[in-house]
Amino acid sequence: MSWLTVLTPDEWNAVRLSVKVATVAMLASLPAGIATALLLARGRFWGRELLNGLVHLPLVLPPVVTGYLLLLAFGRQGPAGSFLAEHFGIVFSFRWTGAALACAIMGFPLMVRAIRLSIEAVDRKLEQAAGTLGANSVWVFVTVTLPLILPGIIAGMILSFAKAMGEFGATITFVSNIPGETQTLPSAIYTFTQVPGGDAGALRLTLISITISMTALLLSEAMARRVGQRLGAA
Amino acid sequence: MTLDVDIAHRQGAFSLETRFSSVGRLTALFGPSGSGKTSLINIIAGLARPERGRIVVDGRVLVDTERKIFVPRHRRRVGLVFQDARLFPHMSVLGNLRYGRFFTPQSQRYASEEAVVELLGIGHLLGRRPSGLSGGERQRVAIGRALLASPQLLLMDEPLASLDEARKAEILPYIERLRDEMRIPIVYVSHSVAEVARLASEVVVLSAGRVAAHGPAAAIMQRLDLLPVEERGEGGSVIEAIVSRHDDTFDMTVLASGAGNIRVPRLDAPPGAPVRLRIRARDVIIATERPLGLSALNILPGRIASINAGEGGSMEVRIDCNGTAILSRITRQSLEMLGLSPGREVFGVIKTISFDRANMATGLRGEVDA
Repeated sequence: MSWLTVLTPDEWNAVRLSVKVATVAMLASLPAGIATALLLARGRFWGRELLNGLVHLPLVLPPVVTGYLLLLAFGRQGPAGSFLAEHFGIVFSFRWTGAALACAIMGFPLMVRAIRLSIEAVDRKLEQAAGTLGANSVWVFVTVTLPLILPGIIAGMILSFAKAMGEFGATITFVSNIPGETQTLPSAIYTFTQVPGGDAGALRLTLISITISMTALLLSEAMARRVGQRLGAA
Repeated sequence: MTLDVDIAHRQGAFSLETRFSSVGRLTALFGPSGSGKTSLINIIAGLARPERGRIVVDGRVLVDTERKIFVPRHRRRVGLVFQDARLFPHMSVLGNLRYGRFFTPQSQRYASEEAVVELLGIGHLLGRRPSGLSGGERQRVAIGRALLASPQLLLMDEPLASLDEARKAEILPYIERLRDEMRIPIVYVSHSVAEVARLASEVVVLSAGRVAAHGPAAAIMQRLDLLPVEERGEGGSVIEAIVSRHDDTFDMTVLASGAGNIRVPRLDAPPGAPVRLRIRARDVIIATERPLGLSALNILPGRIASINAGEGGSMEVRIDCNGTAILSRITRQSLEMLGLSPGREVFGVIKTISFDRANMATGLRGEVDA
């Protein structure tokens, strides 16, 4: 059974990279996710439906298309890519940061959806009550809204993380499959299946992939339950 | 304190056009559901913006549409106790209580935590979560939370409406204590005659968005026509009395009032304590001679001051008992049978048993006739 437990350095790299990419993608998109969810749940502005459609686009587009669009926009020659590289020194193409960007975009609709639903479930009367007690809108959000939507935020983060762990099409299109830089778990598994005798490696990484995803899921359930108990609801 | 309200507001087909000025310690906004009470409260609290008008509390302008003044709700220092408590579910009772305090500048805090907790009897609840509280406990915590923000005006929007009779009876004494012990003016919304007669010094009657009447509680409670149809049976005279002595033999208390001595079931109050009585008009029997062989203990001599046609063939007879008006509601048949007319000397007869916890209250001395 030693073939199951011993990972080669390349495989370790893929595991570490996947966790890093997924974590960064999840954390970096969280503020934007909350802001977008707030806009969609509460905002009354022209183009709200357009924004909603835009956010959900990665969910319905073939991942390859999303990856290709990212390549066009954030590649070395792309308008956003060249601007960021010139002014901030941030490079996405063929870097792990690019993988994180692709994962963040792919997981974004899931994250926004979960948070938006929890915002819509918040009893706005509680926010009114907080207002009459002297809290301005920022304080109301921080002390009442945010704690009440915490279960939704946790759910959104986990969904985004899980999506990132499994993201393949957009990542490989945008940043390719470079071992040690952009080769995440799915890409590594894919590579193994393309070479003779790669079955053992593919199986090892598959098991690891299952374990990580399952752990994340259980962890989120446990956290959501604790928060739920604290709120005294369901 | 003075509260000046003069606003006009439209909500769909409903229009609210209200103007009154109140100086009472507890002003009741009274009227049937749909009369605009809650809309008015929301406007005073800053939850809604009136189309036109002015709201001034003790000289402080909260709203003046002409001068384009609209103080946002978090800077009004107007506390609001909601019908549904609205405690924060993610905080403990103590967290809820301290919430408003946190936003009140130190120099403007007047409510002390111990005093409020003691006043409302919620010391044993501090560590609990709102979800584990009974309806009555929740409402007491909500009152405490509003008080600890040290508001200049406290609005209470039917705080007892969602509670059963037992819970109401549990909370009413706390609201009485709050009214008598905290120096804060209260505007109390209700559609219950029992609550208003017991608590209010001043009553503003709302009907379809307009002020139908405004005056001292005693005067308004006698105007049965102002009361909501389903509450008319509860209307009558509100009079002030003082505990004169307790009758241990028969478990009764004798009250001294302007109309004479009135015997009621035993009250838990020392001699000299003020008591407010609501004598339902339908509970008062009229006799043309001092009755004999009658079980009723309270026989108050007086003179008929006025007779008005009431609702459904009934007649409202106002008896002047030594300057205190007692209202009686009798049938037209009785009126004709006895040949009653203004000026006639009669006796108002009231059973001791017709007094219960719902129509006797201690405290608020001397404000009824103010």
